[in-house]
Amino acid sequence: MAGGNGGRRDRRDGPTDRRTDRRRGPIVPTVGPAVTRPEDLRVVGKTQRKVDAVDKVTGRTRFADDLSLPRMLACRLLRSPHPHARIVAIDTSRAQALDGVRAIITGKDLPIPFGILPVSQDEHALCPDRVRFVGDPVAAVAAVSEEIATAALDLIDVTYEPLEEIGSPEKAIATSDPLIHDYGDAGNLHKLINLEFGDVEEGFAASEHVREDLFFYEGNTHLPMEQHAAVADWSPAGKLTLWSSTQTPHYVHRALAKVLELPPARIRVIACPNGGGFGGKSDPFNHELAVAKLAMLTGRPVKVTLTREEVFYCHRGRHPVLMAIKTGVMKDGRIRAMHFKTLLDGGGYGSYGVASTYYTGALQTVTYHVERYKFQGARAFTNKPPCGPKRGHGTPQPRFGLEVQIDKIADDLGMDPAELRLRHLVPPHTVTANYLRIGSMGLGPCIAKVTEAARWGERFRKLPYGRGIGLACSSYISGAGLPIYWNNMPHSGVQLKCDRGGGITVFCGSTDIGQGSDSVLAYVAAEVLGVPVGEIAVVTADTELTPVDLGSYSSRVTLMTGNATLQAAERAREIIARHVARKLEIPIERMVFADGRIFDAENPDSGITFAEGVQLAEAAEGTVSTVGSYTPPRSPGRYRGAGVGPSPAYSYSAAVAEVEVDPASGIVRVPKIWVAHDVGQCINPTAVVGQVEGSIYMGLGEALMEEMAYRENRRVVHKIPSLLEYKSPTTLEMCDVETYLIEDPDPNGPFGAKEVGQGPLLPVMPAVANAIYDAVGVRVDEVPLSPEKVLKALQDKARGKEGRYGPTRFPEIPWPEPTVVAPPWEGGDGKGARPAAPTASAAPERQH
Amino acid sequence: MAPRTRSKTAERTTFALDVNGERTELAFAPHKTLLEVLREDLGLTGTKHGCELGECGTCTVLVDGQPVLSCLVLAASCIGKQIRTVEGMAGAELHPLQRAFADLGAAQCGYCTPGFLLAAEALLAKHPKPTREQIKSALAGNLCRCTGYLKIYEAVELAAAWMRGEDQDPERETLYGRR
Amino acid sequence: MLRLPAFTYLEPTTLKQALRMKGDAGPDGAYVAGGTDLYPNMKRRQQTPRTVISLAGIKALGRRPTIGTGDTPTTLAAGITLTALAEHRKLQQHYPAVARAAELISTPLLRNMGTLGGNLCLDTRCNYYDQSFEWRKAIDFCMKKNGAICWVAPSSPRCWAVQSSDLAPVAVALGAEFVLAGPEDERVVPAAGFYHNDGINYLTKQPDEILTAVRFPAPNGWDATYWKLRRRGSFDFPVLGVAAWVSWDGDVVQDARIVLGAVASYPQEIPEAAQAIVGTRLDDDAVGAAAAAAFRPSKPMDNTDFGLAWRKEMTRNYVAGALAELRDRHARR
Repeated sequence: MAGGNGGRRDRRDGPTDRRTDRRRGPIVPTVGPAVTRPEDLRVVGKTQRKVDAVDKVTGRTRFADDLSLPRMLACRLLRSPHPHARIVAIDTSRAQALDGVRAIITGKDLPIPFGILPVSQDEHALCPDRVRFVGDPVAAVAAVSEEIATAALDLIDVTYEPLEEIGSPEKAIATSDPLIHDYGDAGNLHKLINLEFGDVEEGFAASEHVREDLFFYEGNTHLPMEQHAAVADWSPAGKLTLWSSTQTPHYVHRALAKVLELPPARIRVIACPNGGGFGGKSDPFNHELAVAKLAMLTGRPVKVTLTREEVFYCHRGRHPVLMAIKTGVMKDGRIRAMHFKTLLDGGGYGSYGVASTYYTGALQTVTYHVERYKFQGARAFTNKPPCGPKRGHGTPQPRFGLEVQIDKIADDLGMDPAELRLRHLVPPHTVTANYLRIGSMGLGPCIAKVTEAARWGERFRKLPYGRGIGLACSSYISGAGLPIYWNNMPHSGVQLKCDRGGGITVFCGSTDIGQGSDSVLAYVAAEVLGVPVGEIAVVTADTELTPVDLGSYSSRVTLMTGNATLQAAERAREIIARHVARKLEIPIERMVFADGRIFDAENPDSGITFAEGVQLAEAAEGTVSTVGSYTPPRSPGRYRGAGVGPSPAYSYSAAVAEVEVDPASGIVRVPKIWVAHDVGQCINPTAVVGQVEGSIYMGLGEALMEEMAYRENRRVVHKIPSLLEYKSPTTLEMCDVETYLIEDPDPNGPFGAKEVGQGPLLPVMPAVANAIYDAVGVRVDEVPLSPEKVLKALQDKARGKEGRYGPTRFPEIPWPEPTVVAPPWEGGDGKGARPAAPTASAAPERQH
Repeated sequence: MAPRTRSKTAERTTFALDVNGERTELAFAPHKTLLEVLREDLGLTGTKHGCELGECGTCTVLVDGQPVLSCLVLAASCIGKQIRTVEGMAGAELHPLQRAFADLGAAQCGYCTPGFLLAAEALLAKHPKPTREQIKSALAGNLCRCTGYLKIYEAVELAAAWMRGEDQDPERETLYGRR
Repeated sequence: MLRLPAFTYLEPTTLKQALRMKGDAGPDGAYVAGGTDLYPNMKRRQQTPRTVISLAGIKALGRRPTIGTGDTPTTLAAGITLTALAEHRKLQQHYPAVARAAELISTPLLRNMGTLGGNLCLDTRCNYYDQSFEWRKAIDFCMKKNGAICWVAPSSPRCWAVQSSDLAPVAVALGAEFVLAGPEDERVVPAAGFYHNDGINYLTKQPDEILTAVRFPAPNGWDATYWKLRRRGSFDFPVLGVAAWVSWDGDVVQDARIVLGAVASYPQEIPEAAQAIVGTRLDDDAVGAAAAAAFRPSKPMDNTDFGLAWRKEMTRNYVAGALAELRDRHARR
């Protein structure tokens, strides 16, 4: 570890600086590091307005639906009223005849499939022959007004031949005809995973206590306040521009090129600021492709703005997950073996589902040391809107199960659950049983902070009936270690240009979804080059102007764009320093960039302005412009499936929730949550606190009330596709939050920074569930923890039954032969052995 | 002037609207909501929308000082009334609420922010020194998915202090968390 | 963006004009007050009037309330906003159940727009009905609009949409009277007689009639309260409402009315529950008996938020809670 320098010293030897610049050769640093001690930081770690804050509070920010172009047409999509049906015929003639309609397209106009993952290219812009959920789009209309486009939808005649609908994963397992897709690992099972890290049966046999539990986590959705919107413009010169509320302009760019059969160089994708994303705008979407095609056909700009109901149909939210967890422990809580089974309800398409499935098994090992670990995961296709990545992607569900089970184990063993966790933390800078490389690890201090703040010792199991506190912990990736599609290129690229007037422009493909990613670029450049944040311009999320950044997902942006910016800024600093040193006749190592000046560390009066420094460099070398990029370090895992879980750094969180449970109704109120988050190093602490509080909020909604509910017996319609009936907590449900920030800098993070946007959500649901048990002595092993369930458990307990509400069986699943990998401490090398080699794809699966 | 009986047919009719202190004459169909007219006819896209059914508060504007849902108000029913949108809040300087929202990170994605600002402005006009409970109640009709509302409460409290002429700084824990 | 269908918009200034306009428009005409109920329904194409007649400019509907004290009754013009009702000092003091019920409706923003009359005439709600046209098409519609079946109870000949006004059960419990202006004359109906237990024909009001005012009895000698069950502290319609009214003779309950909201298509008065407390001091046994009596006929259906069994179960808790509140308040006086 980096000792007194808190990790920052290591940065020079870390992956960022060690990397070879392919164009300019190896980087040999000649200037002293920009910052060597935390107290020298001028921008990083200090509160700042975000660079877009003023635009956001004045209404000047232009979201996608705020755009208007001359001659713009409005688009609406016709969606399937059937959960599962074959399309027999589509007749658009009546709609075509409607005055004001300019173009109508159907599936045959865009026959090429797409999908976010290379292994799941199973979506079409418009369904060509089959609809797979109520809301699946079949036609798109462009008209001179939204009213006319809407009226035209009524005039499109679609003949369907209904197919049997599959409303649940259980039914998917049991049904071999019809198949929702003609691909998948077994029947309607999209994906099956079987991984074993050491002999768990032996581990259970050696355990002093073995627990088996079943949990269910209902699906829920992102519910960004902004409804998805996109505007497409086609130039007769043969060029397409798409503005969209997307978190991943690069992947949209790729999907457009593929489906529209255009060279990528003739497509420009601009991601508008997202009015909330949370993972819900990370896939390429039907409506984006449809407006692009309609713009090409009409030669006019075309805009689509989804209704709230349609946003529910885009979904890609939290998978409903059924879990079976078997854990063997010693009397002191040491985990000898864990067997984790998950069954995901994937909905109608693949989306990120393969990655989601892996994620339900990936991060169990990064908080408490697990000696042997077995993971079996299955994802079923069902006739519902597709699930995908929501904040925490695939990990909140298993984290809920794991943290509640740990609480039960502590209870079984008569141990304090905080103590049990603290005793068995994964050590920093180690490799887990499933070959995830842990860097800095601040969970211990997180637990210490929240238990102290919540007066855990005095209050746990000691509060009056009806009141309780519960603890849970978690960890999350700071960016996925591998890109979504296989390539050797950087995950994030930055160009940095210094103007002779002293201004700096940072160009990066990253996309601000409200988390502050634009600001991170400016802060890092400002820190290194010593100029005020306000004098840095950022240009982002434009495939024509900015180098690729893979997108705002997997909490990757601060770490990856931060490192790329750091590299670009240090390179600019080096160029400028070289010429300033010559001019001022001082050694380059003594050069300081701060307060808009460049000066001698030993004689601060001897210096020039930053602008003058740029001018010197520009006179000598031409335009001062540099690039930086970032590729995550290689993960030690080599087995099939090892692509999901690795990250340059893991954040850690602990939370204590306090609850008040009304035993007469089962209604749970959460007055307060204490949370501590190991963020490595705050870049902007105010923004970090904001991410923590927002995560707690979203977690609280999931814990108490949010759910994607369907009427399985009524054509699998979404029961409540509205902001009124999908329950999002208001000011009156939100709890008080006391936020503690732990800064355990990670050698891989820029200035030591790790993620904060997703991790703090994870402990909320299990902390509330554990607190309910502390309050009234019943277990609700199911999210959301709604009053009906709490009351049912209380009533059962009063009748002498087990005071538990939750699933009671896990279906039989045709698991494939396991991939067997020996853990590092059992002589493993990270490679998997598998009896039968896979034939479908030899490449290791790699998704974020 | 007493309102006259007016009949507005489905055709576009000319109306005069008073928005942010300026009167504009424009023609729109009478079934257009205030939200639509502000965004599409006046180009005031600072007013956002999240459902168009009165279920989220995103489209909040002030009509005669009262915060209302512009998605459920006919623009034609606002003749003679003073309409205020987020664009009317700042001149060359930010409104104290805007300043506080910017300083504390009370706007994350910023989409719900205009609605919150106007609802908060109406609250502060009525209660210059609101309690935390009054703030929660006044903002209970505006949904935010990013912030968990806490920074919004703190920003409203800070702005209220500034508007009362008090020289107040944000709490250190608001900006830096606890350590 | 969800948009309103085109319509002709009329702004009468007198009741007479409004009634005439409605007569001219016929079944294609609709009155609108605050718009918070009608316009969402129009955007979802549940209602499709060609002529919309605004009541907002009618002076008679905007009259200042006269709040009775002692033995004087109260008259509220129907156009008063829900915010004005909730914040009215004298109403809070003498008719706390009315102010409270108004305060519990939806959100502060909506209460600035919605009116007393509009809330009392609120369309019945159902989560098979309060959906977009496209959604309803997917289930082949329901009998309340465009369809033939009640999806909540497919064998039922009638619609089971839920009475969802918070003020309606209070008005019935308090024995309020509604003043209706019709094309011919004005008539006064007791609140209980204003509602039908039918999700489609849920009002006895003739389509042309306008609810102009609500009269509440003088506040002396009785007390009332309203309890509302819902998921969140704002936005949500009730999934159960309990309005409880008692008149005291010393420490003994002389008369009582207990009315349930959101468990039927009308505000459902439960005489058995009232009988259980008349003649008692509202001791725990009496409260329990009333709660049990209200529980039995409370038959929520699966068409709102929450499970119906739990909502039924909560009837007991909420009736008991409301009565205990009245008892405790009486004891403090």
